[in-house]
Amino acid sequence: MVKDLTVDLCGIRLQNPVIPASGTFGFGLELSGAFDLNLLGGISLKGTTREARYGNPTPRIAECDGGMINSVGLQNPGIDVLVNEKVPALRRAYDGCIVANISGFSLDEYKECCAKADACEGIDIIEVNISCPNVHNGGMAFGTSAASAAEVTAAVKSVCRKPVFIKLSPNVTDIVSIARACEDAGADGLTLVNTFLGMRIDIARRKPVIANKMGGFSGRAIFPIALRMVYQVAHSCRIPVMGCGGVATARDVIEMMMAGATAVQVGAENIRNPYACPEITADLPSVMEELGINTLKEIIGTV
Amino acid sequence: MKKDRFSIVRNRLIATKTYQLVLEGGGMVDGEFVHIAVPGFFLRRPLSICDKEAGRLTIVYKVVGEGTRALSEMKEGTVLEVLTGLGRGFDPDACRCEALLVGGGLGAAPLYLLARELKAQGKKVTVVLGFNTADEIVMVREFEDICDTVAVSTLDGSVGVKGFVTDAIAGMARSYDYFYTCGPVVMMKAVCGMLECPGEASLEERMGCGAGFCYGCSIETKNGPRRVCKDGPVFKKEELLW
Repeated sequence: MVKDLTVDLCGIRLQNPVIPASGTFGFGLELSGAFDLNLLGGISLKGTTREARYGNPTPRIAECDGGMINSVGLQNPGIDVLVNEKVPALRRAYDGCIVANISGFSLDEYKECCAKADACEGIDIIEVNISCPNVHNGGMAFGTSAASAAEVTAAVKSVCRKPVFIKLSPNVTDIVSIARACEDAGADGLTLVNTFLGMRIDIARRKPVIANKMGGFSGRAIFPIALRMVYQVAHSCRIPVMGCGGVATARDVIEMMMAGATAVQVGAENIRNPYACPEITADLPSVMEELGINTLKEIIGTV
Repeated sequence: MKKDRFSIVRNRLIATKTYQLVLEGGGMVDGEFVHIAVPGFFLRRPLSICDKEAGRLTIVYKVVGEGTRALSEMKEGTVLEVLTGLGRGFDPDACRCEALLVGGGLGAAPLYLLARELKAQGKKVTVVLGFNTADEIVMVREFEDICDTVAVSTLDGSVGVKGFVTDAIAGMARSYDYFYTCGPVVMMKAVCGMLECPGEASLEERMGCGAGFCYGCSIETKNGPRRVCKDGPVFKKEELLW
């Protein structure tokens, strides 16, 4: 039997729920030579700020058991290059859902960038990153209190007509209260989780591996924690959730969806295997068959 | 970029902590380096291609951590999953007629394929290879078989010129129209500083994806940020800020 992989995200139909997570797939076109991008349900683009940023000094990658730490620090060409060059170029090669990921250091910056993304024809969803662990005095600071998360959400919503997803940090004591604050402030959806603040030390050199000392830990090892948070948030909010964190297989996608995710983002797994997303999508029908699932969206939040 | 399976046909110790790995599989491989999945490790290991022919790849690598240690223990017949077609390599066409190749330690490895290409184009090739000690020396005989002149320097003076590659270059009194270098940053910086002709250097950085989309290995250059894995690893001397 033909399996139905489609999902509906705020009225946008995705041909499958698999979306490469922001920061693990560049601006999409970097991978266009590797496989047909149209196999992807959506693409979340690299986090973008008002001004171009180089990011943090290198080394900014450290390997761990079951994952990796990155402290890239939002290297990006700035919002104007995103909307005028990157998105139109990707649109020529890709018909699916394009998610622009926006970061900022002030409410004004979030508003300005989101307004520009909202006005950009090729962008379908705006994902607001209030959870980047790699930049000082911005990003995660907004994501670590319910009040400031709500403040960013309301500010961004006041300038956007397109669906706005708020991307949440797991580095908080109570993710549910922050999720609810975003929902109450008008968020159309939530993406969770971003990376966990982590660190490695080179014991021979007696120095941190990462030049910036700390960075965001992601990869297979975080899957159970991310899944738990998706479960808690999806069962406490009415808006859709994009589940993210340690997803590496078609079974993980199904598990995330049973926990309550409407779509599923694949992050660090792309870094170790650039073909992870199309391979996962290709595996979904046989795993669904094995589990007696014909229509994928019917399993969302069933656990 | 392509993902392929290769089987190990040789994986043998050729100098201190240094192994020659010969892989078979696929067709002719493009790119400057391959990204090898080592079972049990999250990220791949980026290793320069030392030599290649259709269906066959030679890599020379050093054990520097747990991942390369695990790779060194792999037996012949083991199948590895490898990403190929990665990186922008040396440009043999940039040299008009006389090339100087300068390698430090394992930096000799990617210069070998370049030397072969330069010789196939009928160019004069001088190679200077620097090592710390005699037991670290690799590839000298292979270069001697194909190049016009090969000089070696060792820090302890056990073989060749005592000192750095720059000492060996200074003692040769020849002129070149282009140079290519790969090795430790301090060495490449010194080489770029002492040679007046244009040239290019192959950089190294801790990589994530190896294919230009994670932006983990970016460096600042005179032309703005560049990804070592995708825009490099080889960069023109005049682009580099160091």
